[in-house]
Amino acid sequence: MNTTMEILRKHTMKIVLVLIVIFFSVMTKGQMFAASSFQALIAQNSYVFVLATGMLMCMLTGGNIDLSVGSFVCFVGAIGGIMMVRGGMSVPVAMLLMIGAGVIYGIVEGFLIAYINIPPWIATLAGYLAFRGWGTALIGGSSIAPMPENFIKMFNGSVPDLFGGTEMNITCLLVGVIACVLFVFLQLKGRNDKMKKGYEAEGMTGVIVRCVLVCAVILLFAFKLAQAGGIPNNLVWVAVIVLIYNFITGKTTIGRYFYTIGGNVEATRLSGIDTKRIFFLAYLNMAVLTVISAWMTMGRLSAATATAGTNYEMDAISACVVGGVSAYGGSGTVFGMVIGAALIGVINLGMSLMGIDANWQMVVKGVVLLAAVVFEIMNNKEKTKD
Amino acid sequence: MAKVLLEMKNITKTFPGVKALDNVNLKVEEGEIHALVGENGAGKSTLMNVLSGIYPYGTYEGDIVYNGEVCKFGKIKDSEEKGIVIIHQELALIPYMTIGENMFLGNERGKSAAIDWNETYGEADEYLKMVGLSESSRVLVKDIGTGKQQLVEIAKAMAKHAKLLILDEPTSSLNEKDSQALLDLMLKFKKEGMTSIIISHKLNEVAYVADKITVIRDGSTIETMDKHTTEISEDRIIKGMVGREITDRFPKRHNVKIGDVNMEVKNWTVHHPLYPERKVCDNVSIKVRKGEVVGISGLMGAGRTELAMSIFGQSYGTNISGQLYLDGKEVHLKTIKQAIKNKLAYVTEDRKGNGLVLTNPIRINTTLANLDSISPRMIIDKDKEYQVAEEYRGKLKTKCPSVEQNVGNLSGGNQQKVLLAKWMFADPNVLILDEPTRGIDVGAKYEIYCIINELVAAGKSVVMISSELPEVLGMSDRIYVMNEGRIAGELSAEEASQERIMSIIVSSGKGA
Repeated sequence: MNTTMEILRKHTMKIVLVLIVIFFSVMTKGQMFAASSFQALIAQNSYVFVLATGMLMCMLTGGNIDLSVGSFVCFVGAIGGIMMVRGGMSVPVAMLLMIGAGVIYGIVEGFLIAYINIPPWIATLAGYLAFRGWGTALIGGSSIAPMPENFIKMFNGSVPDLFGGTEMNITCLLVGVIACVLFVFLQLKGRNDKMKKGYEAEGMTGVIVRCVLVCAVILLFAFKLAQAGGIPNNLVWVAVIVLIYNFITGKTTIGRYFYTIGGNVEATRLSGIDTKRIFFLAYLNMAVLTVISAWMTMGRLSAATATAGTNYEMDAISACVVGGVSAYGGSGTVFGMVIGAALIGVINLGMSLMGIDANWQMVVKGVVLLAAVVFEIMNNKEKTKD
Repeated sequence: MAKVLLEMKNITKTFPGVKALDNVNLKVEEGEIHALVGENGAGKSTLMNVLSGIYPYGTYEGDIVYNGEVCKFGKIKDSEEKGIVIIHQELALIPYMTIGENMFLGNERGKSAAIDWNETYGEADEYLKMVGLSESSRVLVKDIGTGKQQLVEIAKAMAKHAKLLILDEPTSSLNEKDSQALLDLMLKFKKEGMTSIIISHKLNEVAYVADKITVIRDGSTIETMDKHTTEISEDRIIKGMVGREITDRFPKRHNVKIGDVNMEVKNWTVHHPLYPERKVCDNVSIKVRKGEVVGISGLMGAGRTELAMSIFGQSYGTNISGQLYLDGKEVHLKTIKQAIKNKLAYVTEDRKGNGLVLTNPIRINTTLANLDSISPRMIIDKDKEYQVAEEYRGKLKTKCPSVEQNVGNLSGGNQQKVLLAKWMFADPNVLILDEPTRGIDVGAKYEIYCIINELVAAGKSVVMISSELPEVLGMSDRIYVMNEGRIAGELSAEEASQERIMSIIVSSGKGA
């Protein structure tokens, strides 16, 4: 089992990610490793991580997708812009109302899909059309700007340095070190627990290799981000959301049901689980996360624009699929999705740094997506043969 | 001596890590019905897939000699051109197309791209007549029953000018009457010179229809029995299949005390969910005591599954009326969750379709119906879950490398054990088992029967729905016979026999 091939197969996407990073570093003559690139990577892609988390939950239930998220980003942005900029409403109240809008939309969408049995892609296609139009009409031109300073700061700013470092942000470095220590501690503890209970545990080498590699990545990010002004607030949002959903999908009963429904709805229903409620929650959850990603988008652009959110649904779906989330449902992990989203983010950034035309960037992304799906299916075939 | 139509010589087929077939030899003479029997996973279907070209020439070793020449089939079409047609266990008809369209799928009548519909339906009707179907070939496949669909499959094979017909478990989803009709049709074809190979688990059918029986065990041919030279009995075949003599196909229950009524259903009426005017169960009253196995016998479509599912938290049907008593108290179970909480379990007949999550491991399947019990504050205690899965793996003797194995990779018998484990873990007092041994081999069946005995010995009640009469007779303390949604009769174990049950069904059908 523990052959080199097995390891390669299990970590293919991570290896591809590394290779692509190296490729772009060479092509851009090291620009890829500039501190600003790290910051840009996070600033430009945080919305993908949030949307892809929601999309993951939808896809788990059986390859169901939500096409309306991009348009809903635009729409929620429009009402947020109107409230905060034109109406001068206080930022927290406006943000709460935006969440409220997300909840209402999620309830309607979830109800139609779960209880009226409208196929998800049709129900959300309606949202895709309607919210783009409605949002654009509300904005009534190209954009509503500028957003209040305190709103922008929540997403575009960085965590302030508690220690007042000048060239380097010391808080950022410290957080990086703490994260590493925590990671190593949890890995060792997990292995120890398994051994104590007499379960099969992996070899120490594997644990050490993983700890070294993960810590290297964390420290690299911490170092580069410290040079570029500290931990971006967006990164905090993303990290919190990813950790929460990783917990839900991996450890809770409700998370388990998302997987079993994707594997076999009838078997899950006949086991006494309210499957309709799970479908409902998937779409309610998606709508709420969409609002958060709308905030991120508004923060970055400092405006609500009519084109905001264009193709975001596709970015989210791509991130999931590249990250190994099954297009048929029932399998996929939050960390897999994170790798997928990072891969796409790196490709975007690298190509932008190389100055490749945006149209060709789309061609490349399409090819990568297809390659990922083909790979996943071939890989599964191999596995079932064994 | 008749001419040998087909000879498969020293066929060896390996999958990565597994030798599925090891030097298998099969000789089929022209005009005979040759049965292929063996436990699940013995290699019967693999052998037929080699023959029909699904596993193309070059992926196996050995020779296929058909009609005197060595054949190298690269795809199914190659073997079909020679007249070898295989009808698979799962029917491959498209429900929303007509019988005629299905019959000539990939073999369309007419010139080049244009389909000649008159010719299609005209020819199709002729073939339907040959198999004894009176339906028009313009009827949609979804509107005819499974028995008739199986006949359509055969007609489809005839349309391909089949000389050698291979039927893989043709009666597995048919009731007794349709099965009989199908077997008689095979005999009729035999008289007309057709050669057939039948794969079946139902030994009585094999004994009835076959001239020769070849037993395959663990990928090798064990023996070929000739009906005309040796006496063939079911026990004789079983001995060949499992390699040991099963003196008793049904384990005895010792000193199981039958106690108070555990579940009682009174005047239960259920209507069809799509056609609410149709009664699927009509005024059914049954009861089952503690420590008792109650069999429900009946033909396919008698309303047995529908009865069970409607009791189980109304998971089937509309306008359900009647009373349900569990342990003496009347309960109203509106959802499956309530049913499980009231210690009722329904183990489905369709383990792959709605029993198990095939892409998930044994561990996850085992705990699915009672996950809350090992999840304080909704957080799954994975250690406990692992222990539970291991415990039931040991109890039920499920054969698997580990409980992390995906259920889809297990054999039918082991899948059935996982399904049982899931419901045993839900800790029910009454278990309704729907076709608990469908499509699993003799050895695994015996183990399932032992589990049923252990359940009732622990004071639980088992309702067993089964279409296999020997099983109902061998396992039940009491038997209800259902027909057309009604209870047509009730028999004690002593007075029950295959003939009694069938006569109750036949006479109640006439009376309706």
